[in-house]
Amino acid sequence: MMTMTTPAWFAELQEAAQAEYESLPMPTRKIESWRFGNIKQLDFEGFTPEDQTNITLSIPDLPEGVICMPFEEALEKHSDLLQQYFMRNTPRLGSEKFAALHKANVKGGLFLYVPDDVVVETPIEVNHSLSGSNKISFPHTLIITGKNAEVSVLDRFGSANNEDAGLCIAVNDLIAGEGSRLTYCALQEVNLTSRFIQINETTVERGATAKAFTLNTGAQWARNESLSKLNGEGGHSDMLSCSIPSGTQQFDQRTFQHHAAPHTNSDLLYKNSLHENAKTVFSGLILVDEDAHYTDAYQTCRNLMMNDTAEANSMPGLEINADQVKCSHGSTSATISDEEIFYLRARGIPPHKARRLIALGFSAQAVDKIGNEVLESAAFEAIERKFATL
Amino acid sequence: MSYDTSTIDQETQDAISVDQAKGDFSFPENHKFDAGVGLSSDTVDYISNVKDDPDWVREFRHKGLKTFLDKPMPTNWATKDLENIDFDKIRYYLSDGQKPKRSWDEVPPEVLETFERLGVPEQERAFLAGVEAQYDSEAAYSNVKEELEKDGVIFVNSTEGLKEHEEIFRPWFGKVIPTGDNKFSALNSAVFSGGSFIYIPKGLKVKHPLQAYFRINSENFGQFERTLIIADEGSEVMYMEGCTAPKFETATLHSAVVELVAMKDAKIQYITVQNWSSNVFNLVTKRGMAHEDAEIRWIDCNIGSRLTMKYPGVVMKGERARGEVISIALANDGQHQDTGAKMIHAADNTTSNVISKSISVGEGRSTYRGQVHIPKNLKGCKNNTECDALLINSHSKTDTYPAITVRGNQHVTQHEASVSQVSEEMLFYMEQRGIPEAAAMSLAVNGFINELAQEFPMEYSVELKRLVELEMEGSVG
Repeated sequence: MMTMTTPAWFAELQEAAQAEYESLPMPTRKIESWRFGNIKQLDFEGFTPEDQTNITLSIPDLPEGVICMPFEEALEKHSDLLQQYFMRNTPRLGSEKFAALHKANVKGGLFLYVPDDVVVETPIEVNHSLSGSNKISFPHTLIITGKNAEVSVLDRFGSANNEDAGLCIAVNDLIAGEGSRLTYCALQEVNLTSRFIQINETTVERGATAKAFTLNTGAQWARNESLSKLNGEGGHSDMLSCSIPSGTQQFDQRTFQHHAAPHTNSDLLYKNSLHENAKTVFSGLILVDEDAHYTDAYQTCRNLMMNDTAEANSMPGLEINADQVKCSHGSTSATISDEEIFYLRARGIPPHKARRLIALGFSAQAVDKIGNEVLESAAFEAIERKFATL
Repeated sequence: MSYDTSTIDQETQDAISVDQAKGDFSFPENHKFDAGVGLSSDTVDYISNVKDDPDWVREFRHKGLKTFLDKPMPTNWATKDLENIDFDKIRYYLSDGQKPKRSWDEVPPEVLETFERLGVPEQERAFLAGVEAQYDSEAAYSNVKEELEKDGVIFVNSTEGLKEHEEIFRPWFGKVIPTGDNKFSALNSAVFSGGSFIYIPKGLKVKHPLQAYFRINSENFGQFERTLIIADEGSEVMYMEGCTAPKFETATLHSAVVELVAMKDAKIQYITVQNWSSNVFNLVTKRGMAHEDAEIRWIDCNIGSRLTMKYPGVVMKGERARGEVISIALANDGQHQDTGAKMIHAADNTTSNVISKSISVGEGRSTYRGQVHIPKNLKGCKNNTECDALLINSHSKTDTYPAITVRGNQHVTQHEASVSQVSEEMLFYMEQRGIPEAAAMSLAVNGFINELAQEFPMEYSVELKRLVELEMEGSVG
């Protein structure tokens, strides 16, 4: 399938993945990880892998030693690194089958390696455009930061036009080495006939900080699985998301905060504003391993119900096997209060505009936590683009 | 400072044993009727024959058995420990063939002694309006104060309820919890025996609580009581249940079904203090249906058992109905308390409240599992859920798995959970003032549940605090 020479280990891996895909059963709603989910969306009948990827990389001037290139090029030039890091773990949040499909068909995407003590100031930007009807795209993002390195990436997903029904099964692995800072921002704005599956795994080593943000405004159906594993003391993970479904859009989000080492902390904030007949599912789990004492883990999912026909499902979960931990989770579903509208109306803002302003502000709260101006403003713009259509 | 308590000293061991000893005794079996070991349609027929069931009940049982056999174990979400229940080794019906007595004097001496030791007759004299005491499959004693009987209160066992009061019993029986609700409600439907049937007439507010006490005396025995409480318009009732079993070598199964019906403006409070021995599988389905302006409160305290799975629920069927679950769970070594609440909003302006506090001691595991459901086309529904977990030792475990579905923008739901420890500062503060560490820990835990313990009637609240204190002994080394 590859135009360039494929390393033998990779060909074997892909063959095994294809067999795995075929042997794994389709999920059912009886499985907890698909509870409240829409299994019908997993029918890919008639879809074929895309022939040509449509991905562009905007790479700023990079310090010496940084490897930043399309996935295929990396496979050829840095086969050893890829062999070491490429999809090391099986996903645990329900999409094992689709991760295997991705592994067997991966095409296009970003490979980024930042060596020890190197700081990349300007964000690296990747643009994915789904094109062609009934085509499946399998882009991969693999980011590795060495000791005390720093980098940020903006990953945009869009469609070539508004009509073609596409399917994107994206996997991104973020590996934050000791003391490094890794910031990743995915903006999902594909067209409303397309479907989107994103499987994220973040690994945070000692003293590292990882931030992963996902925005969902596009797709008729999107499933995001996000796992953060804290492996070393002092590790910190921020898991952020902002979703603005409208019409009949359905977003299904599953998260997992896995504290495998003591003195680690994680903070999750998912903000959903639901318009019209939109439906969301949020299922989160904090797992604190037996020896991961002194863990701080927080999980918050807030649903803003903008219409009487919207539906929000929340399953915020905790599994604590250690002590000296501080954990909390919270989930709320509510609408804008009359007082808030009144406050803005008293200042001359008409009701419909007041509602939009409040919803906008609600969504923006997750963006504020990214902590990178370029990524934040890109996310804000995407939010505003969505609100302009409502 | 370390809280590792792998070794428990003799003194604290004795302190724990004192409490265990209260329920840990049994008498030789003296059963006239014994359905034998294992479950088949013959077992069901045996029970039906002994109880002289009407045909509709016999059919109901057989349908229950079929559903039970067809349904898989819910291990896709629940603990695998369920697979350790050997349904072929359980005895499903044991009784001495006696009708429940209305006077303790007529109760067989060993049964009387059992309940005397558990303090039931004493409590009855002190503050109860009526008592039913169940010994294995059937009630040994059942009595309600005369004046209540005159007012039309019915308080009998389920067998008498379905025979003598079919016109009230049958329309609601199995309606709040259908046979196929889950595998264990189906099992109960097949082999149920004992439990209470209560009817409170219109407008009557029963001042003193009614109580039932469930006692398992025989090894390998499964207790399957079935309770139905109907509070007619504008009435009020408080019902309390207590349960114990001796500690046998083999696992025992307790699988009850409890249905509550609160008609318009009625109020039912259902209080459970469970202290099963640590090899009982306690798998109970409890649900209430609240009509217009009615209120149902489940106040549930789970201490003991090997595995408890219990999620009291309220279906708020009428406008402005209210549902509440207040839950305290304490999981000690080898125990798993999987408890929670189920709130189904089915009418406008209904409100529900869930407050759960759990304590995990030693290697105990406590789990909160909840469901809140607000379907479409409703308005003004409110839910508040709070779950707090306290971990005492480094091997203690706790989980929280809520599921909240909200359709529409005219509702408010909030869920909050926290996990914490008794802080070292707090213990240090108390120790400085001469309170030994163990006592300080006990004080801190009682403080944690104090707010909820006050929801129980005074007699129960005192008992509850004492039980918690005893469970906490030896948790700090």
